[in-house]
Parts: sequence; structure tokens; C-alpha cells
Amino acid sequence: MAVEILKEKYRSKVGEVVLGATKDQGGTRSHTVTVGGESALPYLHFEGEIPNRPVLALEVWDVAPGEWDPCFEKFYGDVWDDPGKWAKKCVEEYGADLIQVRLKGADPDLNDTSPEECAATVKKVLEAVGVPLIVVGCGKSEKDAKIYNPIAEAAAGENILLGVAELEDYKPVTSACMANNHLVIAQSPIDINICKQLNILIAEMSTAMANRIIIDPTIAALGYGIEYSYSIMERARNGALQGDKMLAMPMIGNVGLEVWRTKEANTPESEEPGWGEQEERGILWEATTAMAYLQSGIDIMVMRHPEALKVIKGNIDDLMKDNSY
Amino acid sequence: MIIIGERINGMFKDIAKAINDRDPAAVIEWAKKQEHNGAHYLDINVGPSSSEPVEAMKWLVEVTQEASDLPLCLDSTKYDAIEAGLKACNKPAMINSVPAEMPKMERVFAMAAEYGAEVIALTMNEEGIPKDADSRIGFAAELVATADAFGIAPDMLYIDPLVLPCNVAQDHGPEVLRTLREIKLISDPAPKTVVGLSNVSQGTKNRELINRTFAVMAMANGLDAGIVDANDDELMAAIASARIILNMDIYCDSYVDVFIQRNR
Repeated sequence: MAVEILKEKYRSKVGEVVLGATKDQGGTRSHTVTVGGESALPYLHFEGEIPNRPVLALEVWDVAPGEWDPCFEKFYGDVWDDPGKWAKKCVEEYGADLIQVRLKGADPDLNDTSPEECAATVKKVLEAVGVPLIVVGCGKSEKDAKIYNPIAEAAAGENILLGVAELEDYKPVTSACMANNHLVIAQSPIDINICKQLNILIAEMSTAMANRIIIDPTIAALGYGIEYSYSIMERARNGALQGDKMLAMPMIGNVGLEVWRTKEANTPESEEPGWGEQEERGILWEATTAMAYLQSGIDIMVMRHPEALKVIKGNIDDLMKDNSY
Repeated sequence: MIIIGERINGMFKDIAKAINDRDPAAVIEWAKKQEHNGAHYLDINVGPSSSEPVEAMKWLVEVTQEASDLPLCLDSTKYDAIEAGLKACNKPAMINSVPAEMPKMERVFAMAAEYGAEVIALTMNEEGIPKDADSRIGFAAELVATADAFGIAPDMLYIDPLVLPCNVAQDHGPEVLRTLREIKLISDPAPKTVVGLSNVSQGTKNRELINRTFAVMAMANGLDAGIVDANDDELMAAIASARIILNMDIYCDSYVDVFIQRNR
């Protein structure tokens, strides 16, 4: 007698979100990118659908990132004074699915670039590449509140993913997205309750926005609390599959940014001979962190090192192979 | 907890009058109000005094379905009326109810199989409601076994352990709670459980307080569904809170609103 293998049945699924817009859709992207739509836990193709590959973005800053580890200079040093060229290189040479523009220069303590300059930077990147864009501010909420509208207007029709909305300060970016039909990043500090509450508040501003949210649960690098982020994301995904609509959104994580803050990625071999060659170590730290998050169900990862991105692309290829029976 | 809204019932004067005059206004109003406040099913009962229960049930089902897409729970002791209701339903309904008696079980389970309906099954027979949990569980087992013979899976059954008013039958309370727990051990899959919540407070003062206290205690003992006043906001808030404590929903500050708005 054949053995019937028990399979988990899920009541619901993660919402699908399309990033970018082609000419026909009112934008200028060469193609769109769809994320989400999972109806099973990550890569359990035998229990449900994993209809869309997780996608990988590379970072482009509006200022040369002087604080980055010197190993990045050989990859980006020739282009990091020009966000357009930088983005183009990320897409054409390193195979980025998306570009994340970080408007670091808007920071009042850095260059304090004007909202108009920020919008111009976004425009420039839109013209340089055909992939959909993610755009985030400088991280200082008072300044960011001033740049969201000009950016959203400059990118009108392009269906960009704009961030970030936080519990105490979600209205400026959400309004900018609502007015110009963009997508919003809803960021919570490794806290499932705040994650859900923030999604509810954004959906209360406009029911249409409920389908235009990407969750940023805030991720940590390997060795810096990865298990906390992972378990929050696992809980959110389980909630989504059990029918909790306010957690049923795709998720994004800033893997490169977090990993390249750690001493394990940055400490030169001369200081820690036992740790091995530094750049290779950093690549592995970034790739290992990313692999763990793929298993949590993450949909978009923002990477930094082109080699780590390459490793993870291969990993995703393997995970997307049908294992249903 | 699955919320079965109790309000479309001929025991209420406005609904009795609506049925009598064939004026749908009150029915439509209560269908919408209950759905708006988080009901998952609407109980439909033509009331004890209806002179033509079959026709009345058919009319009540049709009128309710015009106002709401929720599935219906057809509530009558007259099985011809329930059958007329099942025929008129747009989507699979729930039959309310059948005791552990022949030939009533034969009639109801055959209908349930034919129409794909769920069934509320009462832990009582011709001799009435038993006093202790063991007898109630015995009836539940009989109901599950008989339903199975008609091809109805145990989880299509909602066993009602029959709670009595707490002022006249206080000793039933703990027996009902124990029944709710132990019914889950009868079969795999286990049958579901339901209570007519407002029964517990008949004739008492503080009815709403007693109702919601019983609701959360019953949920803690595994209750799946209740025939309740969906427009009792305090009750709905207590149920939403119990779902959080029981880890059935993920907490957020707006959890009460989220629970109530799920159907909107």
C-alpha cells in the first residue's frame, strides 16, 4: 500500500507586489519585478506555490561612500561619484535585479543636499538603468519628511519602492506614495507587534496602500542577533499563511549594510591573522547572512559585495528548483 | 471563535413582525449590522409562533442573502423548514440542530450529506439534557458515529454541550467546560464545539458580563464557535482578547478592531 505523506495545508498566502512600471504602465522601466505570492513556507514547493524568485538589489549612494571598506573601491571606485554610472555598473556588470538608491547626502550633518537635488539624483538613476528602483532617505526623519514628496513626484509613474515608514513617523512617506502611486517600505524594530500595527495604520490611511507595502522587519547580521530577526520573520510568514492579512506582505532586508558594519567583515587580516583573508571573509559573512534570511522567506535583499550577490544568486537557483512530489 | 450572529430570530419582536408582514427592512438591517460587527455566520430562526415555518424560512433565507454574503445557520426544530432553507441557500449552510435521537439524526444527517451542510448536534436525547459531562460526551460520541455512517466527517459537526442558565443550574457549568475539553478526544479529526452563549445568563442580572465571562472560559477549554450577540461590543472585545491570550492571533495595538473588521 502506498504511503500517503502528510502535507501542511495553509489557509492563505502572501500578497504579490509588482515593482516598477513599463512604458505601457505609465513608467519607463524596461521590465517590472514581482515579489511575494508565496502560499507555503519558504521553498516547500511540495506544499504550495513559490511563484516568484527572491530578488537582489545593490546599493547606490548619492555620495561616495567614504566609510565603506577599502575592498569596495575596485568594484565601485570608478563610478561612485556618479549615481547613474554606479547604478548602470551594478545592473550590467554585477547582475543586480533592482537598485536601491540611498540618499545619504541629504543628511544635514553630511552634505545637507536639497530635496530638489535628491529628486534629481533619483531621476538620473531612473534614466541610467531599466530596472525598478528602491529609494530610501538619509535616515534622519525630519529631513526625510521634506524629500519624500519631491522624489515621489519626480518618479511619478515609475512605481518605485520608497522608504521608510516607521510607527512614530509613517505619514509623510505614505502620503507621498499614495499621491504618486508608489510602494512603501514599512520598517519595524525587530518587533512583530509593531510590524503588524504599522501595516494597519498605513492601510487605515488608504485601503489601496495595504497592497502596496513591503515589510522591513529590520534585520541583523550573522552574529549580531540574526536569530531574533529570523524568528520575527518566521512568525510573520506563519501568520500570513494562516490568514493574518496585516502580515501578508513581502519582506525586504538590508543585508549588505548590516554585514559591512561588523568587525568580522572589516577587520584586516593583519589585526586578526587567525580569521583569514579579510575580503573573502566579508563576502562569506554577507552570503551566509543572506542565505539564512532566504530561509526565513525574505523576498528582497539589498546586497553590497558583487561576489556575495553572485553566490546568493546560485543559492536562489537551487532553492527555486521544484522539489514537489 | 466562529461568531454565529443570533439576532435574525422570530423571538425578537421586530423580526417576528418582519416575517408576518413580509417586510424585509428589519432583517436586512440586522444582517448588515451583524456582518459589520464581525459575525462569520448568521443564524436564521423563524421563531416559535410562526404558523407557516416552511414558507417563512424560505423567505427569511432569501431576504438575508440579499443583504449579506455570510453563510447561514438554519435554526429550527421543524426539519421541513430547514430543508426549504437549505434549498434556498446560495452557499453551504449550517443546520441548527439535531439531538442524539432516532429518527431525527437520520433525517438531518441525510439532509446534511445531500446539501454539504455542517450540523450543530446537541448532547441530549428524548430524556432531556444530562447533568454530567460523561453522559454529554457519550451523546457526542453517538452523534459522531451516526454522522460518520452518513459519510459526514466529524469536523463537519459542531457539538453543543448545552449550557443551562447559571442561576438555575449552577452545577452544569463545570460539566459543560469539561465536556468541551474532552469532546476533542472522541475522534481524529475531532468534532468542533459550539454553545448558545446567551443561554448561560437567562434570567440573571448582568447578562452581558456573564455571557462574556463564559465565552472566554469556554474558549480556554477549546470552544470553536458560539451563537452570540455579535453587536455586544464588550463581548466581541473579550473574544478578541481571549484569542490573543490563547496565541490564536498575533498581538498588535489595534487587535480588537482587526478582529471585528476581518469580514469587512
